[in-house]
Order: sequence, then C-alpha cells, then structure tokens
Amino acid sequence: MNLPIHAQLINLMAALLLLIAFAMLSQRRIMSLIYLFAWQGAVLFANTVIVAWGTGQTHLFYSALITLVLKVVLLPWLLHRLATRLQIQSDVETMINIPITMLIGIVLVIFAFNLALPISQWAQTITRSTLGIAIASVLLSFLMMIMRRKAVPQVIGFLSMENGLFFAATSTTYGMPMVVELGIALDVLVGTFIFGIFFFRIRETFDSLDIGNLEKLKQD
Amino acid sequence: MIEPVLSQLFQTLLAVLVAPLMLGWINNCRAWLQNKSAPGILQPYRTLRKLFHKDAVLAHNASSLFRNAPYLNFGCMVLAASIVPVVETNLPFAHAADAIALVGIFALARVFMALAAMDIGTAFGSLGARREMLVAFLAEPALLMVLFTPALISQSTSLNTMVETLAQREVALSPGLAYAAVAFVMVLLAENARIPIDNPSTHLELTMIHEAMILEYSARHLALIEWASAMKLMIYCAIGIAVFMPWGIAAAGNWPTLPIATIALVVKLIFAGAGLALLETVSAKLRIFRAPEFLGMAFLLGVLGMLTHFLLERS
Amino acid sequence: MPSFDLAPLTLVTGIIVTWILLGVAGVLAPSNLRYVTRVLLPLGGLTALILAAVGVAGMSSDTAARVLPLGLPDLPFHIRIDALAAFFLALLGAVSAGISLFYAGYLRAGEANSPGLTCLQYHLFLASMATIFIADDGYLFMVAWETMALSSYFLVTSNHRDAVTRDAGFLYLLVAHVGAIGILLCFGVLQSGAGDYTFAAMRLIERPTAGWATAAYLLALFGFGAKAGILPLHVWLPEAHPAAPSPVSALMSGVMLKTAIYGMLRVTFDLLNVHMWWWGVLTLSLGLLTALFGVLFAAVQTDMKRLLAYSSIENIGIVLISIGLAITFRAFGMNALASLALVAALYHCLNHAFFKSLLFLVTGSVLHATNERSLGRLGGLIHRMPVVAWLALVGTLAIAGLPPLNGFVSEWLLLQAFLLTPGLPNSYLNMLVPVAAASLALTFALSGYVMVKFYGVIFLGRPREAKLAEAHDAGGCERVGLAWLAVGCIVLGVIPATVILELGNVTSQLVGTNINDSVVASGWLFVTPIAPARASYSPLIFLLVITAVLLIVFLLVRAFYHGRMRRGAAWDCGFPLQTARMQDTAEGFGQPIKQIFEHFFRIERHMPSPFDRAPCYRSRTEDRLWYWLYLPIARAVGRVSGWVGSLQRGRIHIYLIYSFATLILLLLFAR
Repeated sequence: MNLPIHAQLINLMAALLLLIAFAMLSQRRIMSLIYLFAWQGAVLFANTVIVAWGTGQTHLFYSALITLVLKVVLLPWLLHRLATRLQIQSDVETMINIPITMLIGIVLVIFAFNLALPISQWAQTITRSTLGIAIASVLLSFLMMIMRRKAVPQVIGFLSMENGLFFAATSTTYGMPMVVELGIALDVLVGTFIFGIFFFRIRETFDSLDIGNLEKLKQD
Repeated sequence: MIEPVLSQLFQTLLAVLVAPLMLGWINNCRAWLQNKSAPGILQPYRTLRKLFHKDAVLAHNASSLFRNAPYLNFGCMVLAASIVPVVETNLPFAHAADAIALVGIFALARVFMALAAMDIGTAFGSLGARREMLVAFLAEPALLMVLFTPALISQSTSLNTMVETLAQREVALSPGLAYAAVAFVMVLLAENARIPIDNPSTHLELTMIHEAMILEYSARHLALIEWASAMKLMIYCAIGIAVFMPWGIAAAGNWPTLPIATIALVVKLIFAGAGLALLETVSAKLRIFRAPEFLGMAFLLGVLGMLTHFLLERS
Repeated sequence: MPSFDLAPLTLVTGIIVTWILLGVAGVLAPSNLRYVTRVLLPLGGLTALILAAVGVAGMSSDTAARVLPLGLPDLPFHIRIDALAAFFLALLGAVSAGISLFYAGYLRAGEANSPGLTCLQYHLFLASMATIFIADDGYLFMVAWETMALSSYFLVTSNHRDAVTRDAGFLYLLVAHVGAIGILLCFGVLQSGAGDYTFAAMRLIERPTAGWATAAYLLALFGFGAKAGILPLHVWLPEAHPAAPSPVSALMSGVMLKTAIYGMLRVTFDLLNVHMWWWGVLTLSLGLLTALFGVLFAAVQTDMKRLLAYSSIENIGIVLISIGLAITFRAFGMNALASLALVAALYHCLNHAFFKSLLFLVTGSVLHATNERSLGRLGGLIHRMPVVAWLALVGTLAIAGLPPLNGFVSEWLLLQAFLLTPGLPNSYLNMLVPVAAASLALTFALSGYVMVKFYGVIFLGRPREAKLAEAHDAGGCERVGLAWLAVGCIVLGVIPATVILELGNVTSQLVGTNINDSVVASGWLFVTPIAPARASYSPLIFLLVITAVLLIVFLLVRAFYHGRMRRGAAWDCGFPLQTARMQDTAEGFGQPIKQIFEHFFRIERHMPSPFDRAPCYRSRTEDRLWYWLYLPIARAVGRVSGWVGSLQRGRIHIYLIYSFATLILLLLFAR
C-alpha cells in the first residue's frame, strides 16, 4: 500500500482495462462494443502517459499520441461508419450464453494471473504486477472472438487483443522500439480497411454477416 | 458504561428517523432530473402518518405469519442499523454481527416477506415472492463477495475493523476495492428494488417484484414495511460509505467527533442519494430474465475484485 | 473392584444391548400396535436420550477401549470410545430420541409391515449405527455397517407392495454394497499386509510411500461417499428417502449419512497419518459439485420428500467442503485453521441432523393428514395444522441458514475458514479458493430459495385440493418429537459458543489443537472463532433485539394510533374468478432456476401443437448422470450376465461335462 502515486494509478488503469474486457464479453449491442473499444484505447492512452511521466521515458509520449489518434479516434470512427453502412445495429448473437462465457472468462483470468506471477518477479519495472492483467485481457479478447457469430465483434476482439499486448509491453518493458510500434500501428490500420472491404463482400454473397455462412464455402 | 449505550441509542434512532428523509430526497432528485415538480422531502413522513391512521384490511385467509411479518422485517432493519457503523464504530451491538451475519439479517427479513407474500394464495403474491427470491439468490452471494474484498484487505469481517483499517490507509486507489464498489452499487440497486431491476413507483402488477410481495398489506403493516424499505436503503448506503468512503466516522467514545461524523454522514448521504437518482434516471428497467445477468455481472465483479486484490496488492 | 462401572463405554454397550432387546421384544408380539407404540418406542426414545447424555459426557472424558468376547476366534470385537465417537453418539442419541417419540405417535396398523417387525428393524438400525461409532477394528465395523445397510433396506421397503418402493430399495442396497466393497478394500490397504485389522494397529503403521496412502484415501472417499450420497454415487438418495416411511427417512438423512462422515473422518484423520493437500482439494471440489447439484435439483422437484432428499445431498456436499478444507490446512501444517474447518464440519453434521429430521418428520405428519406427497396438491395447511406449521417454520429457517438459528452458525464458521485460505503457500489454491467461497455462497442463497418454495407451497397460500380441508394436526407424541427437534435447532443456534467448546475436544484429538481459547475470548455471549477484532457473532443479542423491537413497535403503534383490523377479500386486480390453482405451483416456483441452469438438467419437454386433439404440456426434469453413468453400466452388466448366463443350457449332459472338465483340471493342477 505504499506504492508511489503513479504506480497506484497504473494499477487502477489495469483494473479498468480488465473491466472493459469483461464488459465487452457481456455486451449484446455492436455500438456499445465500439464505444467500449474506444474507452479501452483511452485507458491505454492514459496508462502510457502515466508511465511516461512516472519513469521519464519521453518516447512513450509519442506512443501515447499514436494510441490516441489511432485507437481512440480513427479506428472507432471507421468501425462506427462500417456498422452504420452495414446496418447491423441489432443484438449480437453468441455461441453459448453469456453467464457461461463469463465463467470461462473468470477461469481464464485465474489462469493468466498464475501464469504471470513467476514472470513478473523477473521484470524490473514497477508495473510488473499488471502483466497478469494484460495477459488476461488478451485471453478474454480471444474468447470474445471465439464466442461471437457475427463478423464485426470478431474484428473488435482482434483489435482489443492488440490493445492488451500493447499494455503488456508497456508494463514490462516500458514500451517497444518506435519502429516496431509504428509498424504495428500501420498494420492495424491497414487490417481494418481490409476487414471493411471483406465485410461488404461477405454481405453481398450471403446477405448476412453471420460467420457460420462461411461454412457453405467448403467443398462437400 | 452509560456512554456507549447512549451512542448506540443515538445511532439507531438516527437511522430509524432519518431513513424516510433520505427516501424523500431521492424522490425529489428524481423529480428534478425528470423535469417534474417534486413532492417535497418530507412526503414519506406524511405517507407514513396517513397509513398509520388507517384501518388494516386483511384477506380472509391471512395467517398470523402474515400479520407478524412486517414487525419482524422492521425489527431486522433496526438491528442492522444498530450494527452498521453509521456514525460511530465499536458500539456495543456492533460486535453482535459481522458482515456475513449482516447479510444473514437481510436474508431473514426477505424470507419472511416472501413467505408472507405466499400466504394469501393469489397469483400476484407468489409471483412477487418467486421474483424476489430470484433476485435475492444472486444478490446475496454478490454482496458477500463484495464484502469479502475489504475483509481480505482489513483481515477481518467485522465492519468496525474494516472501517478503522480502510480509514487509516493512505489514500490509495485500490483496484480490488474499485471493482467491489461497482459491484456494490449494482447489488444496492437490485436489493432495494430500484431501476434497473425493479421500478418502485410502478402500478402494473406484472412488472412488479418487490411491490407485488406487499400488494395485500395496508395501514400500519404497510407503513412498517415502507419504513423498513427506506431503512434498508439507508443502511445499504451506510455500508457502502463505511467500506468505500470511511473518512469521518467517529471512533468509539470520542464524543467531540460525533457531530462531525453526523455532518459527514449527511453530506455523504446527500451525494449518494443524488447519485442514485441520477443512475435511476439514465437507466431503463431490465426484463426480468436479464436481471440474473445483471446480478451475475455484479457477482463476477466481486470475485474479480478479490482476484485483483490477490494479484496487485499482495505481491 | 466391581466389574460394573459407569464408564461411558460400558453405558454405550448397555444401550446397544437394550435397543437390540427392545427390537426382539417387538417381534415377540408382532401385531400388537399399542404395545409397540406405547411401550417399546418410547423406551427406545428414552434410551436414546441417555445415549445423548453419555455422548456429551464422553466428549470430555478420556479414551477407553475394550475387547469383547464376541466375534471370530482370532479377531474378537474391539470397541473404543473417544471424543469423535462420543460426538457422533451424542448426535445419534439426541436426534433418534425425537424420532422415536414421533414414531410412537406415527406408526399405524395396516401398513405392509407388522408393527413388531418394524420395531425390530428400527431398533436394530439404531443399535448398528451406535456400534459403528464405537467399533475399533475393521471386522466389527463391517459387521455393524452391513447390519445397518440391511436393517435400513427392510425399513425402506416397508411398503413392499408398491413396485416403485421395491425398485428404490434395490437401488439403495446395490449402491450400499458397492460402497461396502470400497470400505473393505480401504481397510485392506490400511492394514498393509500386517494381518492385524484392529484400528490401533493401523494407526501405528508408518506409511512412507504416498501411493498406498492415496489409494486408501480414495477408496475411503469412494466407499463412504456411496453411503453419504456424494456425486456420482448419489442416485439412491432421491429414490430411497421418499420411498421409506418418514421417520425412517429422517433417521437415514439425519444420522445414517453422518455415519459415512464419521467413517471418512476416522480414516483420514485418525488411521492415516499422512496428508496430501491435493486430497483436500479433490474433496473440496467434489463437495462443491455435490452441493450445487443437490440444491439445483431440489429447486425443480415437485415431491416434497424428494426435495428434502436432494437438500440432504447439498448439505453433505457442504460437510465435504469443510472436511476438504481441513485436510488442505492440515497438509500445510496449519493446524489451528484445520481445527476451525473441522468444527464447521462437525457443527454442520449436528445441525443437519436436527433440521433435516425435523423437516422429514413434518412431511410425515403432512402425509398422514392429507395422504399427498406431491407439492401440487398441498397448500394452506397452516390453518389446519398450526402446530406442525410453526415447528416446520423453525426447521425451514434453520435449513435456509438464517440467523439466529443453527444452520447459520455452521455456514458462518465455514465462510470464516474460507477467508483464512489466503495464507496458503500455493498460489493457485490462493486464487481458486475465493471462487470456491463464491460458489458456496451461491449454494447457501439457493437453499434459501428452495426452502421458501418448500414451506410456502405446503403450508401457505390456499389449499389446492378440496380434501385438504379435512387435514388434522399432529397427535401428542408426534408434537413432542417435533418440538424436541425444533428446540434443538433453536438451542444450537443461540448458544453456539458452548457447542464449539465441546467440539474443541474432538478437534484436539483429530488435529492436535482447538480454537477454544479464541472462541470465548469475548465471553460466552459472543462467538469469536479467530479473534474478537476479526469476526464476532452473538445470536442471543440478535434474538433479544429483534424480539424487543417487535414488542416495542407493536405497543407504540397501538399506543399512538390504533390496532383496528377488519377482514376483506384478497386483491384480485379486477379478475374475480381467482381460484386456488392460480397461485404458484412447485414447478412454477422452480421455473427460474430451471431456466437459468438449463444445461445441468436433462429436460424432456412435450409441447402442445395446434394440431393436437387434446393438447397437453409435459416436462420431466431428470438427472443426467443416471443416463450417462448408470444406465450404460447397467447395460454392460446385463450384457456380461447374458454371456455368463449362456453357460446354463438346461441339459443334464452339459452339466455333467462341466463337472467332468473341472475334475480333469483339478487332477492336472493339484498333483
């Protein structure tokens, strides 16, 4: 309980990240998912700024700026536009019902926390205990990708997985080299464009975005 | 010797007499937020007085369980008000129950109300009883989990120790407690029959949960039940304040700090009431079968709070 | 020095002999109902009361052992009384006193079994259970165990003219013997080839390898678990308990399941002197699954005795959770915490014995008054049977775990023990255990739901059948039996500190320490199992404050306002044709649970279609394990029996060939 103030703030951001990951698992409406994704980006931005301020690593300010522009403004706006044009504001179907999904989520969280304990004892940063939360949010985003039937939530799951990885990097190694970060940011942006194009193609072929329809493509 | 007894009496009477005021304040805030004209903060007192004057009308087949349940409900709430450290810790009755026993008191009151609802034998009574037990069977473990997080932090389930430990920590942002706080607000809304679980001002029987249980009650019985509901709301707020915002609660026997503690309590309750009214105004009532999901989320947040506490605060 | 002394062991032996004699006396005049109900059963109850007193005294006296001149030539019967045995003897005595008195008023002529025969079976059942508790060697233990199984089988099939009862009895006997094999094998492993089956010898054996100790533990879990009704060996419970007469169900649920718990405690903490933490975790998980299973199935039952049977499964699960926790703590050397968990386990055994017996006896009274077991045909009985209804309310509040009654105390102790687990060295356990505590809290809440359903549908509301208007209240003996158990529930709830102090003797014997010092740290009024600042509970203050407030408010309202009252019709929302069938049925009350936990059950639904001439809706909720586990095993056994049965040809020549072949083989090999 005697951690310095920025360490406590980082712990709080980590907790918020986990909360958002769970909230995404339980959301039914796509618009709410997109807003949650934007909030996740905002938490990530705040966290990066705090780490930068607390440890004096100025290159993290630039990362924070990229995060803000990309993940809080650009990507959510793109997804919002996509969702509006595809007219998919309705309820999202899940493969199994939400309470059981949450239970599996809790098991994954316990698994991730236990996985991270020995690793975080090796790391040298002050935020090492948040590694468990980062791994947990990656696993939860993966779970969300598995559990959804429609395409857009799966993309959001993929993007939030990347958010979790970024958080893990920030907490254990104070960020990645700038080149790597820029590269990943570009990949994510391009990936989203490509997803958008594919959604329209899928919609044209099957008249719906239900991923189960893709099974019809296999050869029988 | 006489001092603790006086303090205990003061706290209990404060809780009993001020509870309808809090209810009135919340209703007022809701009216202001919804651009309606407010009924006045003292309206619940007027309602109680009106109800006490009336003759009680009981159904032909009401048993003595039905007649005694409101008194028992009220008694449980008074006991809970004596135990929770509303203005002062370490009062004599405070050692009679810890957090788990407090949850037990609420469960006792609720079981008696549910049984009384089933007593008359109409469809609405049993509907209300069934729905209330449905909400309760998830809300009760959620509340236990929420209280376990501060119990783990303060190494005790006694509310006194929790208040003392948490008030003396340096201002620390504890993620475990943050999760527990969110879960606690969700449980508070569910247990006190507030939107989004139940609409306390509805008149449509098929949408009622808590109101359907008390459809048959009238006059003094109804007055006692309404009073007990107001007390339950205030006690829940007091528990939340004691655990999550414990600054300002007087220590035992510390006379000079008692007025400060009372003023602090009033200020906190004003904010809590306004916040509650805001939450009610921006939310819509959930379908009855979404209520278990809502509470399941609260339950899981409580468990998550405990796990986060393990990870982040014990390494 | 006279050979007769008043040592507890002698008294217990005397009591067992008395019970056997009472049973034999019943057979001597088998059709004489008055003799059995006025003389023999009350005498049995009195004897039970003496046993309870002896048990309580025995908990604080020294261990005594003796060898009886009965049994096999080289394996005579060893008996021994120590704190653990004394506790369970006290449990048996206290609960069976109430049940015997109730049975004295309940037993009627005209049932399929004659009263004298029932008396014999009943008292043999009691005597065999008492013998199990004082048995000190494997042989006497198994003899008593088998006697218990057989006598209870005959009691369960009392109404043997009913085919369903016969099937239930068969299933019961089958699972009991499967369990007995497990226990036999466990004793075999425990004696480790030394050939000495006395418990004294087994205690002293050093077990360097964990393998055999684990084998013994798992066999004990399997064998005793079959008798206790642990998943997946629970299938006999919901069949046998409803089939048996209610006092027998009460005795089975209240005491017989506890003999299995006694066996587990004896083997784990007394005979095995190594402990591994994963045994504890396994037991804990098994207990959690059992508890959740029991309570979920209880929520969807429509037969009042099946509901109580599933609730017994849930409570045994809770006891198992406590034992698992105790084993885990013990394995890590935290003996004081193990002692707390054990106190919770033993207290819950005692509580369950009292409130479950009370509730089963209540169902007996209801059955006698209305001849209905199905919840869909009861209702409103609080007006016709007030005494039974109010005593049933005590039992319902106790089983739902509400303060200030006894169910809450053991649940509270268990939750306190869970809150101490963060001190465990293993980090996975540290995190898994809060989740287990969460599931336990869920189970407690669900049991409240189930019990509100039970009490509300039977006693409250309006009668769902016209004939319920002729229901009569319980008779004198029955009332005394019920009241004894209800008073037990209240007393155990209001003075828990005294009980915990007594249980401290038992835990001292089992794990070496007890929590007695901390329990009474704030005086006898408060229970403080760990430390006063940590947690404290005073049920007496609860009771006094609630009663005082009740009276004060009543008087104040009367003084300031008035107490006028008049009767009117119930609120019907403008629909005047309300009937008694419009209130919630048992299925209706359990429907939310069924919907939320759909995947746990195996639900067969027949929905009406628009093309049905007589549309109907049918829904059956069944146990998945029956279809996954038991039916395949039964089919496999049937197939194997078929193959073996093909040996029987029916022709004499074949049999002669068999004899001839055997003779040749023996001549070949036995040269």
